[in-house]
Amino acid sequence: MESNPNEGNKQQSVSQRIQSNRQNRSGLMIIESLVPKLLLLASIISVLVTVGILYTLLSEAITFFTQVNFFSFITGLDWSPWQGRYGILGLVSGTMLITVIAMVVAIPVGVASAIFLSEYATDKWRRILKPILEVLAGIPTVVYGFFALTFVTPILRAIIPGLSFFNALSAGIVVGVMIIPMIASLTEDAMSSVPNEMREGAMALGATRFETTVRVVLPASLSGIVASFALGISRAIGETMIVAIAAGATPKFTLDPTQSIQTMTGYIVQVAKGDAGFGTTIYYSIYAVGATLFVFTLIMNLLAQFISRRYREEY
Amino acid sequence: MNYIDEQTVQKNMGNRIKKNKMWRWLFFSATMIALLFLAALAYRILTQGIGGIDWQFISGFTSASPERAGIKAGVVGSLWLMAVTAPVTIILGVATAIYLEEYAKKGRLTNFIQTNIQNLAGVPSIVFGLLGLTIFVYVFNIGEVILAGGLSLALLVLPVITVAAQESVRAVPTDVKEASYAMGATKWQTVRRIILPAAIPGIITGSILALSRAIGETAPLLVVGASTAIFTLPNGIMSPYTAMPIQIFSWTQQPQQAFQGVASAGIVILLVILLLMNSIAVFIRNKFQNRY
Repeated sequence: MESNPNEGNKQQSVSQRIQSNRQNRSGLMIIESLVPKLLLLASIISVLVTVGILYTLLSEAITFFTQVNFFSFITGLDWSPWQGRYGILGLVSGTMLITVIAMVVAIPVGVASAIFLSEYATDKWRRILKPILEVLAGIPTVVYGFFALTFVTPILRAIIPGLSFFNALSAGIVVGVMIIPMIASLTEDAMSSVPNEMREGAMALGATRFETTVRVVLPASLSGIVASFALGISRAIGETMIVAIAAGATPKFTLDPTQSIQTMTGYIVQVAKGDAGFGTTIYYSIYAVGATLFVFTLIMNLLAQFISRRYREEY
Repeated sequence: MNYIDEQTVQKNMGNRIKKNKMWRWLFFSATMIALLFLAALAYRILTQGIGGIDWQFISGFTSASPERAGIKAGVVGSLWLMAVTAPVTIILGVATAIYLEEYAKKGRLTNFIQTNIQNLAGVPSIVFGLLGLTIFVYVFNIGEVILAGGLSLALLVLPVITVAAQESVRAVPTDVKEASYAMGATKWQTVRRIILPAAIPGIITGSILALSRAIGETAPLLVVGASTAIFTLPNGIMSPYTAMPIQIFSWTQQPQQAFQGVASAGIVILLVILLLMNSIAVFIRNKFQNRY
């Protein structure tokens, strides 16, 4: 009989039952007050990660700058760490070159795909095309890098004589392809948030679909589209494996895409896979390069957030 | 006196319609570029790689000769990494999501945490490698082992899981929660018995997608010291390790042409695993969609 809790309850007086409820309640209350604190702790960890990144980059970069002049670092064009010359612009120019090539590929193709998906495609096409773009976005970058080196580069070398085996062009194009899904999906999101009444209004005035897109939908979703460009640039700057595999490892201050270059990310990989010992200047240099990289990507990310917040049109 | 001239109107209209058709075709071809690229990639990798996959490749360690190189250490290493990454990142991510969606008061701190997560998502993966190298490998002094690599990957995909979990927690309708409160349930009881069960399909889908990103990451692992040539299997989280993408990368760096086939074979294995993970995610998403 005692095993049945209801029977047990019946034998208790009301005051006893209130008492025992209260006791259970107090155990519950401890959990209730403990849980939010634990959850807050977990959320704080994501803040700690940011703090950790800033601390790591700053402290190791500061050690680097006790050995290398800060001014010659940010203005130097020659990056030859094994000869003791640390001019970051030699790497930044490589990163810029890759980024520009990537955006030349990704912006027109990404926006055009978004326009097709959002304005022209039927539901059936959309259901086929969107998952394919998602697949493209899910491919590991080391695979893209391998493809750039063994497929895109040979084709380009057949077209462009004098293209070196490792070159900025091939890597840049493939980085661009990698970013297409991102720009396409963010742009499409921005375009599909434009209300249909606006499209119908334009069409009722006799506009073709193309005129509606260019004169109504695109201007109305411009902030989202531009923000997606900024995020795309940030991704291109931070992209590592494609450039490490296909762009080469010769830092050069050049705008010539047919040459082998090195990006900031490529340099970090080169040092990481070699064995520059802990505590050497070269070891600290990857943090100075990492800090520069972090600043560039942070600026683009903040820019994207600023644009989409500041210029968003509310309907 | 100018009257509306039907012929002129027709001519103008015709041009505009032609222009529309031309652009439609252009937009369509642009979409096809991405598709063609994917098709070329798949064709190339498959034709080059599928011949290289045999028992020797699956069960062998890497080697200096392309015929004998295998991916076993990479696959096992990646599984070990996921065994560290998955619990850490899922627990932290889901806890953060529940805190932000259910407990946090709207205010400075919440906004700050939210913006911080958004910014973390935009940090290049290689920077997480630098973080892991300093904090885990040197400051905590755990060395270049699976634990260091797995924790770095966990921090890398934490924003992805957090955002996915937040979305699925937010999607639980308010009426269900209020019904639970009306029955006298406390906040934690409601979270544990109502919100989490309803949000779990979304959380699982998000977790699988985040882990499939982690399993393909190369750059941070290179920085935190995954080895390229390793000839024993790890026997715990404190062992040196390699991972599938690391093996593939090291094969792309080999001068002999034959290693291209080995790298392709490795890529096929990696893509098959990713495809499996993604199919499971899509399956769960479709099966549990729109329960309310």
